Amino acid sequence: MAVIPFSSGPSSSLSRPSASPWRTLALGLGCCATLAVGGLVMPKWLTFLITMAAANGLVSLGIVVLMRGGVVSFGQGMVFALGGYTAALVFNKLGFTDALGLTLAGGTLAALVAAPFAPLLSRYRGIFFAMLTLALSMVTYGLLMKLDMLGGSDGFNLGRPTLLGYALPDAQVGYILYLLTIAMATVMALLARVYFDSTRGLITLAVRENELRVEYLGGSVRQAMVINFILAAFCGGLGGALAVMALGHIDPGFSFWTTSGEFVFVAILAGWQSVIAVFVASTALEVVRSFSSSYFPNTWQLALGLFLLFVIRFLPRGIGSLWIKRGAR
Amino acid sequence: MSSLLTILIDGLTYASWLFIVALGLTLVFGVLKILNIAHGSFYALGAYAAASFVGWAATMKWAPGFTLVAMLLAAVAVAAVVAPLTERGLLRFFYGRDEVLLVLVTYAMFLIMEDVTKLIWGANPYYVSEPYGLFGNIDIGHQTYVGYDFVLVLLAAVVGLVVWWGLNRTRQGKIVLAVIHSSEIAASMGVNVSRVYMLAFSIGIFLAALGGAFTAPMISVQPGVSVGVIIVSFAVVIIGGLGSIEGAALGALIVGLARSLAVHLAPVAELFSIYCVMAIVLMFRPEGLFQRIQSRKI
Repeated sequence: MAVIPFSSGPSSSLSRPSASPWRTLALGLGCCATLAVGGLVMPKWLTFLITMAAANGLVSLGIVVLMRGGVVSFGQGMVFALGGYTAALVFNKLGFTDALGLTLAGGTLAALVAAPFAPLLSRYRGIFFAMLTLALSMVTYGLLMKLDMLGGSDGFNLGRPTLLGYALPDAQVGYILYLLTIAMATVMALLARVYFDSTRGLITLAVRENELRVEYLGGSVRQAMVINFILAAFCGGLGGALAVMALGHIDPGFSFWTTSGEFVFVAILAGWQSVIAVFVASTALEVVRSFSSSYFPNTWQLALGLFLLFVIRFLPRGIGSLWIKRGAR
Repeated sequence: MSSLLTILIDGLTYASWLFIVALGLTLVFGVLKILNIAHGSFYALGAYAAASFVGWAATMKWAPGFTLVAMLLAAVAVAAVVAPLTERGLLRFFYGRDEVLLVLVTYAMFLIMEDVTKLIWGANPYYVSEPYGLFGNIDIGHQTYVGYDFVLVLLAAVVGLVVWWGLNRTRQGKIVLAVIHSSEIAASMGVNVSRVYMLAFSIGIFLAALGGAFTAPMISVQPGVSVGVIIVSFAVVIIGGLGSIEGAALGALIVGLARSLAVHLAPVAELFSIYCVMAIVLMFRPEGLFQRIQSRKI
């Protein structure tokens, strides 16, 4: 492992980035606005694809939050499902139909459920963290499969949400959910950037490099891990709620390990350096998935696997490394 | 009382094939440091190959007893053909990378193999019921048990002993242990590390395929078997401690019994039970039951 001098100058990978925050903000809002306007002329399948990409990207953003601390969760399907089921149940059982409210409810509940597990999980690293989170998501999957109240293995449908008191008309419901999703993704992406550049975000990076030194320097590794895990759960819950509203249906497959595998796939594809790369990677996955499932319906998993291998082999630090320069490592 | 016996025997049968599969997983992790998600796909490959081989054995009019040989040959074929191909052709390019990244590489392998098995064998289920009746039935108390299940337990015991003996009592095994301990030092002492990797990977895959081949008569071989198996065998090796033979044995027993208890007493909790056990074990023994303490880098 490379030695990281803590007191080094701006060349260190642990120093605050030199890009001005205003530029990042302008870039984020610019992307969001371009997509919003572009959505007016896009065909329906493309807006749906981007909606799903942004919703799934939020879950992967959570994994990136964890990855910056050196751990990868193979069970983000759990928080994805928690967010989705929360939104769907609040909609169906409580009659609360506001899309924004449902999204926040999904995120909040996922974070609340994850919170008691966070101190336990914060003790684990590497493969054990991955497997324990996988176990949690599979327990959730098993529960959801067996709970007839929640539709069992078939899941259930939910109707059309409203937004800020307005009913969404037939023609525009897809576009408005698309707007909501990209707006939410933009907000979370900007917040993630702020968090990554904050002191705690930088401590997380230091944990990735060397935990013991962080402790000696007075930082709390466990606290950083706990907070990261809860934040990741919040992101995952938001993603789940947005995805379920776009799909109109939820089933236990949300929590299955292959779903989690795809989120990890996107996070690895993106790398841990760039936030926007997460959404680029998520879109890439959706594009590969939808094209290969329509052109090679029987071998789309094969295509996905080859794509994944190709990325790991030739872009080991993720697509984010294409535009973020390698630090002094 | 008799239901307790049934639970025990069911658990033991389940544990026996699970042990064979998990042993392969733990061996591959021990030597190559790869937690192989595609292990379940090799299990499925073994089961499919067994279906084909037993079918051929039937068309060639082999005696029914030889279907066992056909199943063994199926496992050998998978290990001899597919394992070196994946290890040399794919995995070796990723050695030394982050453990979690390697998990993802095997995840990609899993995706690819899912479709490849579907391309070769189609999506329809195969049934290999022939060997299941070979050993007749055994009456214990008021219950009747299938003889094949007990043969499976015997097979698991034999496989476990052979692997243990091979690792701890033979020259080749000592070399493998040396590579597990430190591949760099082993290499500098003249050990051909990449050969050991290939050997260990092939044996691991052979065990997965063997598990698949010998459970093929008990299940319907169809797409999706790999997904379930990998999840359960992960639980086994995590409970036992990654890279430990004794751990895999104990883990398989624990998982087998937990599952059969759940199936008999609270069927809704089948999948749930395995993971609860795993979570509980990890809470108290974070590295699994048999994992040696590892030194920490400062």
